[in-house]
Amino acid sequence: MQKSVMSRLWVFAVWAVIGLFLVNLMGLIASVVTSSVATRWLGTWLPAGFTTRWYFAAWDEFQLDDVLWVTFQAVGAVVVLSGLLGVPAAYALARREFPAKRAVMLLLLLPLLVPPITYGIPLATVLYKAGLGGTLTGVILANLVPTVPFVVLVMIPFIEQIDPRTEAAARVFGANIFQMFVHVLVPMLMPGVLAALLLVLVRTIGMFELTFLVSGPGSQTLVVALYYAVFASGVRAVQSIDAMAVLYMATTLVWLIIALRFVNPTQIVGRGKRSVT
Amino acid sequence: MSAVIERRAEGPTLRQRLAARGLDGATLLVLPCVALILGLFIYPFLYGLVLSFEPKDGSLFGNYVRFFSEPFLYGTIVKTLRLAFPVTLLNLLIAIPIAFRVRLLRRQRLLTTLLVLPITLGTVLVAEGMLFYFGPQGWFNRALMAVGLLSTPVSVLNGYWGVFISLVLTGFPFTFLLTLSYVTGIDPSLENAAATLGAGPAARFREIFLPLLVPGLAITFCLSFVQAYSVLPSAVLVGDPANATRVISIAAYQAAFEEYDYSMASAIAMIMGAVQLLVVVAALGCRSLFYRGPAAGAKG
Amino acid sequence: MTVGRTTFKQLHLQGVRREFDAFTALKGLDLTIERGEFIALLGPSGCGKTTALNCIAGLLPVSGGRIMLDDRRVDTLRPEERGFGMVFQNYALFPHMTVRRNIGFGLRMRGVPKPELDKRVDAALAAVRLESQAEKLPGQLSGGQQQRVAIARAIVVEPPLVLMDEPLSNLDAKLRLEMRQEIRRIHQSLGSTTVYVTHDQEEALSLADRIVVLRDGAIRQVGTPAELYALPAHLDVADFMGFRNRVDGQLVGMEGEDALLDIEGTVIRGRMRAAMPGKAAVAAIRPDDLGPTDDGQGIPVRVEAVEYRGRGFHGVGVTASGTELHFASPRPLERGATIRLGADADRVLVFGDAR
Repeated sequence: MQKSVMSRLWVFAVWAVIGLFLVNLMGLIASVVTSSVATRWLGTWLPAGFTTRWYFAAWDEFQLDDVLWVTFQAVGAVVVLSGLLGVPAAYALARREFPAKRAVMLLLLLPLLVPPITYGIPLATVLYKAGLGGTLTGVILANLVPTVPFVVLVMIPFIEQIDPRTEAAARVFGANIFQMFVHVLVPMLMPGVLAALLLVLVRTIGMFELTFLVSGPGSQTLVVALYYAVFASGVRAVQSIDAMAVLYMATTLVWLIIALRFVNPTQIVGRGKRSVT
Repeated sequence: MSAVIERRAEGPTLRQRLAARGLDGATLLVLPCVALILGLFIYPFLYGLVLSFEPKDGSLFGNYVRFFSEPFLYGTIVKTLRLAFPVTLLNLLIAIPIAFRVRLLRRQRLLTTLLVLPITLGTVLVAEGMLFYFGPQGWFNRALMAVGLLSTPVSVLNGYWGVFISLVLTGFPFTFLLTLSYVTGIDPSLENAAATLGAGPAARFREIFLPLLVPGLAITFCLSFVQAYSVLPSAVLVGDPANATRVISIAAYQAAFEEYDYSMASAIAMIMGAVQLLVVVAALGCRSLFYRGPAAGAKG
Repeated sequence: MTVGRTTFKQLHLQGVRREFDAFTALKGLDLTIERGEFIALLGPSGCGKTTALNCIAGLLPVSGGRIMLDDRRVDTLRPEERGFGMVFQNYALFPHMTVRRNIGFGLRMRGVPKPELDKRVDAALAAVRLESQAEKLPGQLSGGQQQRVAIARAIVVEPPLVLMDEPLSNLDAKLRLEMRQEIRRIHQSLGSTTVYVTHDQEEALSLADRIVVLRDGAIRQVGTPAELYALPAHLDVADFMGFRNRVDGQLVGMEGEDALLDIEGTVIRGRMRAAMPGKAAVAAIRPDDLGPTDDGQGIPVRVEAVEYRGRGFHGVGVTASGTELHFASPRPLERGATIRLGADADRVLVFGDAR
């Protein structure tokens, strides 16, 4: 099986594109990291010296303790609520055939197909009218809109592959639906639930648009605070913004690495794809 | 709750009749979820729709008339599409050959993991990093000048190309991973079968892969387009938000949170949704011209 | 660019090797296939039979050795240049093409003009009796019909060699019998050369002119179905040919043609296959050839189970040392009864101890 010159060139070109992409991506990330520990960095390859003081500066200037606490509360609440609402719904959709099932599926698919900005603006309007705009509750509610359907759509195939006879057996041995859920289903579903919720976690930390539209001064998550910092750059030292960016990156990466132990990378983007096809 | 079901002579109980139609305790589990979407998605959408027909000037179509008569506003549609279309197409065109190459690798995980990075980092961080990396003193310009490709730094920031690059950086991984999952979903024995029947690499792609991939690629196009289309942070941070990259989401945001005209903002959001819907319908329409079934042969 | 030659005299595999990282799937295969032959590659899963087929097809590059079509070397050619026809285990029909387009695919790739293409596709459709299904998509066909499309698609290009990879394993038992006859009929009517991979010895016995038994990437035995059935050369082959009972014993001597084997104190007679006198040996006997004796001779066993099998009874007995023996009995037996089991000397094969 000899390869022609053309096919060798083609393979080379494909790898060159991958390489170019990754080099620029890594360069970009490295720029931010380098800048965050730079004393002074003007017109040279590398900064004049290194320091960690920007991290302390960023922590104070941007009230990162508050921001991180808000982020933690918002993300935690979204993860727990998505699980509590999404998993039972996924169970019903995976196991029962009922008249309005197709309509329910479509309803769940919509928030994933419409970009957040499009529905975020009317949603923010409604939340502000209800007095929830700018509050932590508002941020949590807004973030549930894409995450609950996401959990449902990830969990449906997972539940479908569990043999229904296991549940039937539990029922035969006298467990009611609730007991069956707690003692039989939840342990079997745990790996899937864990994967789905980790993905929700990573996505919620990075969810900019909805949080941006709904949050107020006291309810900004890290990514929104970062946006405002970059937007108003010039007011603060660039390095402290970068320090904040690195902190944001670190939070996301930690969870991403944990998530990748349980899920295939394609799952992070493969939201609802199965149901569309 | 006891599992004993009362048996009556007349026939099945109401509970049994409902259960026969698929309605029992378990089915009710779907209700909280449905209520959430109705309350936080459908209701706001309808509310926004009604609100958009109640502009400040009192006329029914005031907002829409205003949008389509002011170039500053209707121009945002063109500006958004001028960014989103080329970016999505470029991403798709690069993603296909790369997915075909990566498909053959036994260790895909490292590469796919690296590619997931920009998706999880998000547009804000990528924009922030671009300010440095592509800046006049950034490593990008320095490297190109060092190898002699450039004599003066090229400025990509604060304009169309800045946003374009940021959308490629965050959008390509998404497009690629979706494409990869479609490409690997095609049964490899189909390619083998075509090869034994005398089809060379080009013929195999044309006759087997392309027709089987088109439906998936249409969906990939839609989902990637939606991502690029709703760009907000990078259009502001690395673009020219007052002019060349004043995309439609900026117009909507400004109406809502700078002019506090929620009615106008809702109208813009509705127009935004309508344009996006048109593109998605068009893409899915092309898809319906092709075979749409399992690409894995008989196994499905 | 295809071979384009539909006739040849012999296909030679010369020391064909295939390695996957540290694992050797084929340990130097030597085989000559005559034109018009139906060859079955038989073996358990993992024996390398599918690897061998993929190497012949060109879907896997060989790690060593050569594949020659007469005096032309073909193992360096890409699959599309070899011009062989192949039928895949999961059929691998193109799901987006009608039956007609699926069958015509190979001809289109060869640039056959439309009128001739249509004529040949019609002939192939008729050969597999699918004329009425020509415009359907594969997904609308039953398993057996899909299989026939796959066969038609492979043979319509009139390839010098047809390769079949367990084509019947996805079908139910009744359909399998029908398709077996169909494959045999098509092979005979076209006079093509066929290499057929299977793990089912019945399939191999009924279809093949010659059977190649593979084990652990090496050839154990090559022969006609009758040769393999009556006189397997190796214990593994015997295993495959239905010699379910394997009894350990000591080879104590020879008497004319017969080998004398001492099994737990009882001497039985058998055909020597590959054993040394005075050494440990194994007797292989088919359950159908082993039965209760009336003359007080044979191996004593206690009857453990008896099943009704229509024509007679199938029994399981246990010897004093605990070896299970399967046997046939014309009459019902009491569970727990002690009987003696014997077989004709030419139905007992004596092999050297495999361990």
